[in-house]
Amino acid sequence: MRTDAVKYDRMRKDASPPSPIIKDCLCAFFSGGAICLVGEILRTAFLSAGLEQKDAALLTSACLIALSALTTALGWYQKLAAHAGAGTLVPITGFANSIVSPAVEFRSEGLVPGVGAKMFIIAGPVIVYGTLASVVWGILYFLSKLWIGG
Amino acid sequence: MHYFNAFWVGGAVCVIGQLLIDRTKLTPARILVCYVVSGVVLSALGLFAPLAEFAGAGATVPLIGFGNLLAEGVKTAVDEHGLIGVLTGGLSAASGGVTVALSAGFLASLIAKSRDQN
Repeated sequence: MRTDAVKYDRMRKDASPPSPIIKDCLCAFFSGGAICLVGEILRTAFLSAGLEQKDAALLTSACLIALSALTTALGWYQKLAAHAGAGTLVPITGFANSIVSPAVEFRSEGLVPGVGAKMFIIAGPVIVYGTLASVVWGILYFLSKLWIGG
Repeated sequence: MHYFNAFWVGGAVCVIGQLLIDRTKLTPARILVCYVVSGVVLSALGLFAPLAEFAGAGATVPLIGFGNLLAEGVKTAVDEHGLIGVLTGGLSAASGGVTVALSAGFLASLIAKSRDQN
């Protein structure tokens, strides 16, 4: 039997169960919202303790990262992520999880080739392309300042 | 009220990610890269600041906040040091978060035991 790509795609769609997209989105909304709410509570607390905006933001991130590392090490974050989907991926806690999880998993391969290298499986590309984008923006901003003469 | 805004804006940003997971073949790593780059673009276009003003942690906690940090850092550094700032601004601004995350990963790998991912 010959199947072309279009036909195969239709067969695949018919055979696979419908993804419960509305339920997924609600889970992502409430879990992601809850993590951001915790962040806002922390940020407000740091601000009212007299910290500057930037320092308050950094400490908020630090707390969320620490919390994520702890729950990842205990195996709870993965359980939450199984239901929450993007709700636990997109916040900074997901970024922290993407570092901590392989670091723990590949500990048995040694501190350098295991922990040191593997913790960048996802964080590496994020840092690389984030930095590249910021370089492009920096050059554009520099040129625009020359152009306007600011 | 700002708590409510942080909750629903943060939730909405995550829903976009969920739609990307369900509707496209993008892997988590690609989605996170998209978010960081989007954060840089939003910041460069001047759209991030009003969003962060409105939603607080709802804008800064998702990974677009990391992109904003990079872009803001570069802008400030270019203002202060000219073209050299392009090279130093981004990572300098993001250094705190990255250092905490790497340290946490290292510590966790020493303490925690590897377990079944399911």
